[in-house]
Amino acid sequence: MEENRPKRMAIIASQGTLDWAYPPFILASTAAAMNMEVTIFFTFYGLTLLKKKVKGKVAPQTNPAMPMRMPFGPNWFQKLTWPIPNVIMGNVPFFENMATGLMKKTFKNKKVMSIEELRQMCLDLNVKMVGCQMTMDVFGFKKEEFIDGVDIGGAATFLNFASDADIQLFV
Amino acid sequence: MSTINIEKVLDLKGLLCPIPVVKISNAIKEIEPGNVIEATATDPGVMMDIPAWCASTGNELDSMEEAGGVITFRVKRLK
Repeated sequence: MEENRPKRMAIIASQGTLDWAYPPFILASTAAAMNMEVTIFFTFYGLTLLKKKVKGKVAPQTNPAMPMRMPFGPNWFQKLTWPIPNVIMGNVPFFENMATGLMKKTFKNKKVMSIEELRQMCLDLNVKMVGCQMTMDVFGFKKEEFIDGVDIGGAATFLNFASDADIQLFV
Repeated sequence: MSTINIEKVLDLKGLLCPIPVVKISNAIKEIEPGNVIEATATDPGVMMDIPAWCASTGNELDSMEEAGGVITFRVKRLK
């Protein structure tokens, strides 16, 4: 065993919604900044995070704890949490689009990076990104749809790295 | 008394996790060992994250203080 090797982190990113897109990239960029070697394996819906333009949305209906707040207006107004019952979320057309727009605006107001910017920062920090071949076959994704610098592999590719990693996370 | 040699000054005000840590990490590679980065930030998270980053990368936190919502800290590159 190498004694002085850098620490390693292995992440499986399995979700493609806007909110769940953040944790893998935030952890990966931070770990890389802490001199760790990082591989993210993108599988199932997580694979969509490798597309050139990330179209992830938020799904408030399946995340009941999500605070529904307005990203504009006076401070007291922005602090209000709007109790919106599932029956409305589920039946108002394009409710997800609206919630997604509000979250993007909130992130922008708070100066949180977009997913595309965060992902590029990860690549600049040498985070390795691997797309799941099986998911590509199932959903009909092609490598050309993904950003440059992505490798393609399967479970064994991930496990080979993960078995020697100090941190393994499933997101 | 040893002198503090501030080689780089960073403004991280308004930036949220993970940017301050990433910027410090990039900046430390650009200064000489023994020299110091002085940074200002507004995200309270840096008060925990910068010491944690220093501990895991083997750099030294020389000082950190908060005044009026602005956190000022100095990180010394050790190697």
